[in-house]
Amino acid sequence: MPLTVPAHGPEAAARLASMSDVTASDGSLRRFLHGLPGVDAVGLEGRAATLGTRSIKTTAKAYAIDLAISMIDLTTLEGADTPGKVRALCAKGVHPDPLDRSTPKVAAICVYPDMVKVAKESLGDSGVKVASVATAFPAGRAALPVKLADVADAVAAGADEVDMVIDRGAFLAGHYLKVYDEIRAVKEACRRPDSTSAHLKVIFETGELSTYDNIRRASWLGMLAGADFIKTSTGKVAVNATPPNTLILLEAVRDFRETVGVQVGVKPAGGIRTTKDAIKFLVLVNETVGEDWLSNDWFRFGASSLLNDLLMQRQKLSTGRYSGPDYVTVD
Amino acid sequence: MTTFDYAPAPESRAVVDIAPSYGLFIDGEFTEAADGKVFKTVSPSSEEVLSEVAQAGEADVDRAVKAARKAFTTWSAIPGAERAKYLFRIARIIQERSRELAVLETLDNGKPIRETRDADLPLVAAHFFYYAGWADKLDHAGYGANPKPLGVAGQVIPWNFPLLMLAWKIAPALATGNTVVLKPAETTPLSALFFADICRQAGLPKGVVNILPGYGDAGAALVGHPDVNKVAFTGSTAVGKAIARSIAGTHKKVTLELGGKGANIVFDDAPIDQAVEGIVNGIFFNQGQVCCAGSRLLLQESVADEVLDALKRRLSTLRIGDPLDKNTDVGAINSAEQLARITALADSGEAEGAERWSPACELPSSGYWFAPTLFTGVTQAHRIAREEIFGPVLSVLTFRTPAEAVEKANNSQYGLSAGIWTEKGSRILSVANQLRAGVVWANTFNKFDPTSPFGGYKESGFGREGGRHGLEAYLDV
Amino acid sequence: MSESEKAARLSVFKTYKLFVGGKFPRSESGRVYEVTDSKGRWLANAPQSSRKDARDAVVAARKAFAGWSGATAYNRGQILYRVAEMLEGRRDQFVREVGDAEGLSKSKAGAVVDAAIDRWVWYAGWTDKIAQIVGGANPVAGPYFNLSSPEPTGVVAILAPQESSFLGLVSVVAPVIATGNTAVVVTSEASPLPALSLGEVLATSDLPGGVVNLLSGRTAEIATPLAAHQDVNAIDLAGAEEVLAKELEIAAADNLKRVRRPQPVDWAADPGTERLTSFLETKTVWHPAGGSGSSGAAY
Repeated sequence: MPLTVPAHGPEAAARLASMSDVTASDGSLRRFLHGLPGVDAVGLEGRAATLGTRSIKTTAKAYAIDLAISMIDLTTLEGADTPGKVRALCAKGVHPDPLDRSTPKVAAICVYPDMVKVAKESLGDSGVKVASVATAFPAGRAALPVKLADVADAVAAGADEVDMVIDRGAFLAGHYLKVYDEIRAVKEACRRPDSTSAHLKVIFETGELSTYDNIRRASWLGMLAGADFIKTSTGKVAVNATPPNTLILLEAVRDFRETVGVQVGVKPAGGIRTTKDAIKFLVLVNETVGEDWLSNDWFRFGASSLLNDLLMQRQKLSTGRYSGPDYVTVD
Repeated sequence: MTTFDYAPAPESRAVVDIAPSYGLFIDGEFTEAADGKVFKTVSPSSEEVLSEVAQAGEADVDRAVKAARKAFTTWSAIPGAERAKYLFRIARIIQERSRELAVLETLDNGKPIRETRDADLPLVAAHFFYYAGWADKLDHAGYGANPKPLGVAGQVIPWNFPLLMLAWKIAPALATGNTVVLKPAETTPLSALFFADICRQAGLPKGVVNILPGYGDAGAALVGHPDVNKVAFTGSTAVGKAIARSIAGTHKKVTLELGGKGANIVFDDAPIDQAVEGIVNGIFFNQGQVCCAGSRLLLQESVADEVLDALKRRLSTLRIGDPLDKNTDVGAINSAEQLARITALADSGEAEGAERWSPACELPSSGYWFAPTLFTGVTQAHRIAREEIFGPVLSVLTFRTPAEAVEKANNSQYGLSAGIWTEKGSRILSVANQLRAGVVWANTFNKFDPTSPFGGYKESGFGREGGRHGLEAYLDV
Repeated sequence: MSESEKAARLSVFKTYKLFVGGKFPRSESGRVYEVTDSKGRWLANAPQSSRKDARDAVVAARKAFAGWSGATAYNRGQILYRVAEMLEGRRDQFVREVGDAEGLSKSKAGAVVDAAIDRWVWYAGWTDKIAQIVGGANPVAGPYFNLSSPEPTGVVAILAPQESSFLGLVSVVAPVIATGNTAVVVTSEASPLPALSLGEVLATSDLPGGVVNLLSGRTAEIATPLAAHQDVNAIDLAGAEEVLAKELEIAAADNLKRVRRPQPVDWAADPGTERLTSFLETKTVWHPAGGSGSSGAAY
């Protein structure tokens, strides 16, 4: 038996089953989650800030920029999204810089369920995945059958990945088992007829969980329930991904792999707009969980405007002069 | 490149211009030593000679004390508000020149630029800014109306935080109206000499601050000079005791900031990830060359393995090397002599049966280097649990109950610092209350602030630096 | 029984003893020395303490330290006030002893004893105020709660003033124990009797045994081992002459005792807070406060 198995692999279920005493009841879940080590906010933020002072230059910067591009879930989640807009975004995802074909493609295009089909067709066999938000994104305020239908719809339309939101109300009320069961149900709904599954990303909306202790508990809860990725935010609230809350997620996946033997991915989303920001997150990954997570199988950025800044910085590195917004595509 | 390796990111040396030689700074002038002696100061990370510096002797001490005495008459008489403005000027000039001073300090000391840039220099400027404000408010400091300065302060500082220790000494001394003769450590004289230039730029009257680079003999001469009214020393406990003996029977007021063997106590309900950071910061900040370092880690047995695993994993990410590289976490040991002392004590740890561990790391081929090291299986009887190593060496002990933790923590001749890690508030307060240490960091470590008094219990010395408390050492009260 | 026989009733002498660990031992050395009044008349034989008595007193003081320093400041204040009450009740005895010891008239001795009683009251009131005067919160530039508090230094050796055998003694002992230290006191060499009688007062004032230990004898003989003792944290040299003071200060450096050098003092004057703060350590405790939190707001 391998030491570590991927959360999206066939062996993960057995590993998770080994934690069944923890997830047996609301009470046992609460005791477990509340027994996780506490988080000192000042210390956490201090560590994140210190890592933020790393100076990533020249070859390291070039590497980081390409890595960051390859990790982007290029996202459009607007009420005004149209097939045309989504197709343009897909084209950009495959060839982010039309003038430089050596630019890596992004990891995925992230859209609402009704746009999955369009995106899937546009991307074809490019290798860029289609991710769909679901479960009454972003508020998550709908009955479970509605949420599951939302998921099934996206999967049926060809989504490779599903980004669900947890029920923050239930979480904050301490109904951990309810949240757990819901994630399990969504995971089940990700299953395709051929018994493969869309990968499940579980969004906590960390900005609404209020405390770092809660983020740590939510991370474990999500992973125990079978999350393939854990994700900070919807991008739709005031505070989205930050270095400290992403650091909590990284510590959680590190400790989860140590304890359960299952490796889970991490996706900060929302508010990451500049190359400088993205590199800070990569440094967090590098120095918290290391190389094992430094690929788009295990780390993603949920972002839209970040890509253009990465492209401009990439052009600067290759040409030596600063680029401008007219030299990257507007979507 | 197929992995995320950080490319070298060296801070530019061009920002600092080190002259080939420096004199003593006496009565507002740079001057040669009376006997013409000089010594070389080297960069500990490369052994490159940075400059040649005049070496003060007894005659120079006498000359400097005379200059300070002469300046005292006018300096102590000018209104506090005017003295304050000189100190504010100094604080501002330090802020302006902080990049230059950070690079200089890193070159002369060997500590990482990340620390000089983000810790030393901001604290230096803040310290002057804080004490500047006291100069015209001494009536309100709680030492009675119109408290008087003592006169000439003889100050001897160590090499671990050269400019910061200078600030801790000079700022309160000047704010209270004393004049100063300061001897920086022989391995790190440069930032004090640059400070002399800052005094010039600030227009500080001549003789108010005198800087005498030199060795222990110059320090002894300064401390022993009959016309010195106040002795302030930061350094080893052995030298501190010698100073305490030498001033016996005099009227000299003395404050001593000496060694430590700080206990960093991790309880089973600690915020583990932050505790690991605190442990690392506690013993590897400034290569562990810190008097208040958390050099004894006390782990509650029920979490000892978990914390140790996490700690070792974390130590493996420490970046050791060129101190000027902005990504360096651990720099060079300050001198060959200090390296020899660390090496000898670490060897004694092994010889006495403790288990030694260091992360895999490549040390530079020139300069003075010591890999971050931790010892497990340490008992209270081991030398590495009792003696101050003053290097990047952590001794790990375990305990079963809070009472045992307190007992072990206090079982030391020293009493400078301690750390407590637990999420339980009442435990923090009760343990903090029982620890015999001058600074207790709970759920944090190695934090400093000009408003926060710093100093030890027992053989870690006496007197406080920082805050309102720090004024007392320089007032005739 | 005749009238004359009645008038000639012989008074009962008091055997003066040391006060160590709340008990009244003789010197382990078995030695005594003759104490006379200011005119040279025999008053009593006082125990002549040895270095072993000094050692035992340090052990007693160390043993008492945890309890006394851990007592509430309010409780310490109550006990110091109780000392004043007990003294007031035995005022006549102390007036006589101080008068004999220092060659004072009854009214002058009365004034000295009154001042000494009032000094206990003064320090009784300080126990729960000194921390507010010398401690406090420090406004550090960061998200930290930072509090400085005074704590007692530990075991303090006190060389009581030689001339002012009672008011001087009270003036150096009361501030040391008010703040939670415990004391080993070397009484005035020539006039130890008021000090030894004070032991009897302390023993009946709810003061825990060992908080104050009183040793009579030759100052230099007792002080020398105390100054060198590694388990003594501080020394007040009030009763040491210049040469002895310097020797003791040198010995005290071996474990970096806090040293209070001798200086001329008007014991009748307002004592201020100097002696209270001489044997205090400042402890500063840091703790994180808040952080911006995951929702961006402090919590």
